[in-house]
Amino acid sequence: MARAAVSGGLSPRLVWRAARLVEFRDETPSARTLVFDVPDWPGHLPGQHVDVRLTAEDGYSTERSYSIATPADGTRVALTVQLVEDGEVSPYLIETLSVGDVIELRGPVGGWFVWRSADPAPVLLIGGGSGIVPLMAMIRARRAAGSKALFRLIYSSRTPEDRYYADELRTRARDDFGLDVSYVYTRKTPEGWPLPPRRLGVADVNNGGWPPDFQPACFVCGPTGFVEAVADILIALGHDARRVKTERFGPSGT
Amino acid sequence: MGGIVSPGFRGRRGPEGGEVTLPPGQYLTEDFPVLTAGPTLRVPTDTWEFVIVTEAGEKHRWDWKQLMALPSERPTVDLHCVTKWSKLHTDWQGVSLDVLFEGVDTAADYALVHSYGGYTTNLPFEDLRNGQAWIVYRFDGEDLTPEHGGPARLLVPHLYLWKSAKWVRGITLSDEDTPGFWESAGYHDYGDPWREQRYQGD
Repeated sequence: MARAAVSGGLSPRLVWRAARLVEFRDETPSARTLVFDVPDWPGHLPGQHVDVRLTAEDGYSTERSYSIATPADGTRVALTVQLVEDGEVSPYLIETLSVGDVIELRGPVGGWFVWRSADPAPVLLIGGGSGIVPLMAMIRARRAAGSKALFRLIYSSRTPEDRYYADELRTRARDDFGLDVSYVYTRKTPEGWPLPPRRLGVADVNNGGWPPDFQPACFVCGPTGFVEAVADILIALGHDARRVKTERFGPSGT
Repeated sequence: MGGIVSPGFRGRRGPEGGEVTLPPGQYLTEDFPVLTAGPTLRVPTDTWEFVIVTEAGEKHRWDWKQLMALPSERPTVDLHCVTKWSKLHTDWQGVSLDVLFEGVDTAADYALVHSYGGYTTNLPFEDLRNGQAWIVYRFDGEDLTPEHGGPARLLVPHLYLWKSAKWVRGITLSDEDTPGFWESAGYHDYGDPWREQRYQGD
């Protein structure tokens, strides 16, 4: 079938690349950051993701998408993978893959849910659970680029132990001027926390976010129900729907 | 292309004893995940309309009542999302685009689908005809929820699901192909799951 060529041709063909695991660290008992070396990696923007492909000895293969956790850094690409009980790919990546092993990866993918360091607008990041990963890439990119854009992060997790990057976020909230971080816990709070565990609500977005008048760029990432609820709150508070970008992790994701 | 083998990776081969064949790179889900670039839209049916604009600028318009009065079909189809999940045997109700195009005089090659909220997606006009596409308003016997594109969405199940625009409001026919929202962001112009056309160049 003849088709008109799409103009622009911005993205070159996305080829599968060999990615060698060079280091890993556990973020929580069920989440691990995997750092790969990917020769000829073309670079990426914070917020983008990659496709990962695993192939069995009989040729069967399957693919999943994972957000990149770090800004562009040469040939290094870091993913943080949440273990999905009885999942097909995440148990292999977390429990079997060892330093030196090679998997296949292609990307970067997604040109919508991205933050560009030249953009001076205030930024509101709202993450639920593993939805913190692409938001963390933006926070790290902000520092790496020396951006002065004002950032606020609201991070919802089930318990304090379920937070990814907990130490780094604590340090950055102290040292990265212009970055505020607030937390919401849905199942268990830290000791001495002033509020009981609860879902993120209007007050959290009001207190931890920016007024709509500031016209912040809003990035919301997490499980579908979380993103639906947060996006509705942002709209109800008067944020322009065009400035609310979302990334939903389906219940069967990962 | 043969992939690099991951020693010890076996993978899951679908339901036990099942002979389910999925497009390459897809896995089966029983859930109905949501993929949307922004907030969910709530479009009231009393102001809803669907407009087809031909390459000559001729407009054909339906309001919600008129859509409901048209003969509907109950397609049972498989869905394939570019984010890798496939969901089989989904049950929809809606109006075939063949019905809507009946009185439309056109020789256009391309269609650009528009949604409330500004989303667009493009596809060849022929992919919307001959029993391949519907404007659907019920899923599993229930009114289609806003999360899944209600009150009405396009359903073009032979292409990746981003072509099945949620909150659909119209189709513009043209002699030229204009990339839509995801197509401009690097996704494939056509999006055939069986040829794994996820991204430009696939």
